[in-house]
Amino acid sequence: MADTKIAVRDLYKIFGEDPQRALAHVRDGMRKSELLEKHNHVLGLRDINVDMTDGEITVIMGLSGSGKSTLIRHLNRLIDPTAGEVRVNGENIMEYGAKRLRRIRRRDMSMVFQKFALLPHRTVLENAATPWIVEGRKKADYEAEATRWLDRVGLEGQGPQYPHQLSGGMQQRVGIARALTSNSDIMLMDEAFSALDPLIRTDMQDLLLELQKELQKTVVFITHDLDEALKLADHLVILKDGEVVQQGEPQHILTNPNDPYIVDFIADINRARVLRARTVMRPGTDAAGEASGQVDADATLEEVIAQAGGDTTPTFRVMQDGRQVGTLPMRDVVRALVPTAASDENTDRVA
Amino acid sequence: MATYDWVFDTLGLRGWCDGAGEGGAPMSMGDLLSQTGSQPERSVWQTPFPSMDALNDACTAFPQSREVTQGLEEAFLGVKDTLSYVLDPITQPLSWTLRWALEIFQATPWFVMIPLLAVVIFAVSRSVGLLAFVVGSLSALAFIDYYDYAMQTLAVIAVCAAICVAIGVPIGIAMSRSDRLQKVMIPVLDMLQTLPPFVYLIPLIFLFSVTEPKLYGIAIILYAIVPVVRLTNLGIRLVDPEVIEAADAFGMTDRQKLFGVQIPLALPNIMAGVNQTIMMSLAMVVIASLVSAPGLGVLVLRGIRNLELGVGLVSGLGIVILAVILDRSTKAALARVNAAQKN
Ligand SMILES: Nc1ncnc2c1ncn2[C@@H]1O[C@H](COP(=O)(O)OP(=O)(O)O)[C@@H](O)[C@H]1O
Ligand SMILES: [Mg+2]
Repeated sequence: MADTKIAVRDLYKIFGEDPQRALAHVRDGMRKSELLEKHNHVLGLRDINVDMTDGEITVIMGLSGSGKSTLIRHLNRLIDPTAGEVRVNGENIMEYGAKRLRRIRRRDMSMVFQKFALLPHRTVLENAATPWIVEGRKKADYEAEATRWLDRVGLEGQGPQYPHQLSGGMQQRVGIARALTSNSDIMLMDEAFSALDPLIRTDMQDLLLELQKELQKTVVFITHDLDEALKLADHLVILKDGEVVQQGEPQHILTNPNDPYIVDFIADINRARVLRARTVMRPGTDAAGEASGQVDADATLEEVIAQAGGDTTPTFRVMQDGRQVGTLPMRDVVRALVPTAASDENTDRVA
Repeated sequence: MATYDWVFDTLGLRGWCDGAGEGGAPMSMGDLLSQTGSQPERSVWQTPFPSMDALNDACTAFPQSREVTQGLEEAFLGVKDTLSYVLDPITQPLSWTLRWALEIFQATPWFVMIPLLAVVIFAVSRSVGLLAFVVGSLSALAFIDYYDYAMQTLAVIAVCAAICVAIGVPIGIAMSRSDRLQKVMIPVLDMLQTLPPFVYLIPLIFLFSVTEPKLYGIAIILYAIVPVVRLTNLGIRLVDPEVIEAADAFGMTDRQKLFGVQIPLALPNIMAGVNQTIMMSLAMVVIASLVSAPGLGVLVLRGIRNLELGVGLVSGLGIVILAVILDRSTKAALARVNAAQKN
């Protein structure tokens, strides 16, 4: 199940009067700040290549202004690129006319917004049923389906309310129900949880993971929050000034950051809580004799330390599906808690 | 000797001035006076601005300033026939509608009309207080025999405000979709709004017969249409861009977006525009009685013309009552729209 659902290829986006002329400068290597200063054009995205795998959550992370929203809006062409293409199910959607484009937006992808973007003059039920209403279906057709998804996201009986009568967290649940009601394979989420309180935010992340286990959609999730990114991501893409700095499996990025920018970014996280046994272990079944217990491959280091009772001498067997996949000496666990420098050793920045 | 003789002398135009002789423009009284006695010496402080009249003093071939206004008038009269040939048939339905509305409002007996208005106003405002006010004040006006005039005023406002909305909302929508159109329209709207209302009447009197209701109808519409156009444009432009993005992301067509999202979300602003449009129609309908608009305005004019203080004051009060009724009911409707969709 490693099919690529969405492929972004050589994507460039420049905002300004004459993007094509500015593009030439960008291709010659001009940076974002220089382009703005000398040519008064904003570099939105530079040479983006990302594969988003079917059934996985791809998280795009970066600071504010790094181009996250611009990138996700290319996936359903709310923004048209300056150069490059986006392939969905193998078709380049840049070649679509208005009608084809509307069809793919209705059937194949749905979107969840940071500030919910619900229709204030329509009830919760009608909001959740938006994809069906857009297709011209009547209430008798959509009521059951929309109610099912409202129930699924925890909004039993809220159908007749208006959005402003609900709290922010509940409004975003309506936003998610609206995206689910379309039964599309792809769900685009632009900072969907960023406007919510921390506790509600955690609830929503759990809800998303739960839904994802059940539905296995292709989710593209935008966030500026590293903890959120690490919790949700199967594939993590880190953007900076419109460029991909590093992408890959989150655990891999944590242990092998390839850029000082990422080292900075991950410096403050609680590594014990996000790193997993499988990431730190030594693969293979050697040294099984001296092991003093076993841990699950997906256990966090925090759990491993708790199991060792704080002792730094034991070595654990790492188990996956009942089989040993590696060994984990506690010394390695402790060493992994110290942040790694950028792997290509270009750490000549001012400390 | 005139002040600006030297201008024409140095430019070598003296010949042209004299060639025209005294036969040029007709003489003003000032010219005649200045010819009789020799001019007193003027100090530098009294140097006149080099206006057309001052230059005419120095050179009779130079046109006088009143020829500008005269020229404008002649130009207007020149195109007047073609203009009214085109405009007359187009605007004729307005006359019909106004006559028809006036007839209906007056032909309906008071014991039908007052309850009907009360029901309509209660339906839009859901306010018992306003309902009582409407019934009470209309009955009071009827009691002192001002009912017919009040109904005439209402009929004219109903037609003109409805036409303002029917034309103004689409113009506002078009403006919201095109920055170019907005750029063209805003100065036009500014002009319509700042022109003193009397000025509208002047060219209209030349174009249309005073016996035609459309004469005052057009004046009222031109004056009152501005706020509904402005606020429709503004309201649609102010719709949350993220909601518009959501509409696009779910594959709405432009039509679905306009009627399902933009207009409903702009409705509070559009309603505020409708409220102002109605109030401005009411203000204009009084002024338009100068050109035969019927209603309470006629009584106000009579009060001024014949110094009938009582008539003037009571009809003024009648207009205030109508204003309060129209304002409160549209505002109450607006408040209900707002309550239904606050974010
Ligand atoms: N319509 C636009 N016109 C000009 N510049 C834009 C536009 N949209 C975004 N930008 C610029 O592109 C960059 C990326 O913006 P955005 O994608 O919104 O960032 P993020 O979502 O990561 O905060 C920013 O520098 C922003 O100012
Ligand atoms: Mg953003």
